[in-house]
Amino acid sequence: MSAAELFTQASYLAASVLFILGLRSLTKPDSARRGMQQAAVGMLLAIVGTLTKEEIVDYKFIIAGLSVGTVIGYPLGMFVPMTAMPQRIAISHMFGALAATLVGIAEFYTLGDGAQVSHATMAALGFEVMFGALTITGSFMAFGKLQEFLPGVPVTFRGQNAVSGVLFAVTVGLFAWLVYQPHTPWAFYVMCVLGLFIGVSLVLPIGGADMPVVISLLNSYAGLASSATGFAIGNEVLIIAGALDGASGFILSMVMSKAMNRSFSNILFGAFGKPPEKGAKAATGLAVKPVSAEDAAIQLGYARSVIVVPGYGMAVAQAQHAVRELADLIEKNGGEVKYAIHPVAGRMPGHMNVLLAEANIPYDKLKEMEEINGEFRNTDVALVIGANDVVNPAARNDRSSPIYGMPILNVDQAKSVIVMKRSMNPGFAGIENELFYNDRTTMLFGDAKSSLEKLVAEVKMNAAG
Amino acid sequence: MQTTSIIELYVFVLAGFVGFQIITRVPSLLHTPLMSATNAISAISLVGSLVAAGSDKNRVATWLGFVAVTAATINVVGGFLITDRMLKMFRPAGKAGAGGRPLPRKAKEDEG
Repeated sequence: MSAAELFTQASYLAASVLFILGLRSLTKPDSARRGMQQAAVGMLLAIVGTLTKEEIVDYKFIIAGLSVGTVIGYPLGMFVPMTAMPQRIAISHMFGALAATLVGIAEFYTLGDGAQVSHATMAALGFEVMFGALTITGSFMAFGKLQEFLPGVPVTFRGQNAVSGVLFAVTVGLFAWLVYQPHTPWAFYVMCVLGLFIGVSLVLPIGGADMPVVISLLNSYAGLASSATGFAIGNEVLIIAGALDGASGFILSMVMSKAMNRSFSNILFGAFGKPPEKGAKAATGLAVKPVSAEDAAIQLGYARSVIVVPGYGMAVAQAQHAVRELADLIEKNGGEVKYAIHPVAGRMPGHMNVLLAEANIPYDKLKEMEEINGEFRNTDVALVIGANDVVNPAARNDRSSPIYGMPILNVDQAKSVIVMKRSMNPGFAGIENELFYNDRTTMLFGDAKSSLEKLVAEVKMNAAG
Repeated sequence: MQTTSIIELYVFVLAGFVGFQIITRVPSLLHTPLMSATNAISAISLVGSLVAAGSDKNRVATWLGFVAVTAATINVVGGFLITDRMLKMFRPAGKAGAGGRPLPRKAKEDEG
């Protein structure tokens, strides 16, 4: 081993250790920032270690790629608003998968279109390119749905299951053939293209509310594609980083599907060919009680304990700063404010926590579901902001409801409930919510942000008067 | 199968195991930063892209490598920056966060 080679390998080893330590630092919010900065140093080391490799003879394209990437990456890192985080993460899965896939194709082409590829390497290359390709288009579809230039509702057509099934079977068949006979260029390139189609057919039929699972799953796929790249080109740091990413995405998908009481396969294939079911209980004959901002403000002004339940509606209205302003006022009046975060509130894991942290709310007030569910019964006011399915009691007591069995926040046990909502349209799952018809529930209609601003003004006036 | 592939499989399984052990302990509070962090880390595929773009083997590999370097660099730069931006915002009670508390406005309220 030459000195240069030794340096490269040492930099990879250091990077791997720093990556693992960086992820470990994320187990505690206080240590997280420093840990991730160390991981970034690890990345820099690995890049420098690679650039000193003897194989690299031409730096023109490298410098061009690094420059263009930095110019695009910097604004994506610094200026994207926190409310746009789900689509930001989705598009970055696409970039990650794109890099892995292109490296795989370059490798295959360079090795005589497969002529010099061993069976084992072909298995890695095939896996890399197949998973990479489906993650590219899948992530782009997710991005489109979250950015709302593609319909957020599930897109389905007759025979969709059959089409997807055949597509998948053919792709896997080509993959198997390639492992058996690596020097089959046409099979390789057709497999790439079919992979792209699989990504589309996988995400198209999935609705907006299931996005947390899809994003986690794509995270996992992007990681596995990176890992497979490591196998294909014999690079351990890629295998390690990809495995970490794969594990993380896998765990997050498990957490998300558990929080929705649904299996993986149900989310991935559940939407095929069937529109969202209507809730078994129609809300005919029941009336909701609308409330004015003035009355709601009086209620909040006297409350000793308030639990805020944020949902996707808060993110859409960008209302997190108004929430914090209201909470400050309630606290000034001597009340206590906590936040109940359902694991699938929002469009990606941890979405609500980031938004509330952005509004400068200390993280010890952000409570997980298990932690806070017992406290609702002693709470004066539960303030639901743009959340729907995660507070629907039908999940607890209506066996015929599509969300039956999903763990929910016990908002209906609070002494009173104020629901902020744009209109009476049911949520993404298209299910009626009994909570809205509860005796103790009042509805404050309107955009979450402007409603909150009205509340803030009213509470201030009451306190002054 | 060659011995190197077997060793690589060991590395993969053990790394996945370590990842599983650590990541199950990450609180749901930090799940979004976790996702952007793992995304940035897996952009280590930049290492493979650099070799493809710079080893001057053939034109196809060079160009594909160039695009791959660009895509991976976006994730490295953007990923670590955005993770840092998010983590900076998480603060415990009693400590002023990055934005600080709007004290002047409060003072005005008290007068009124």
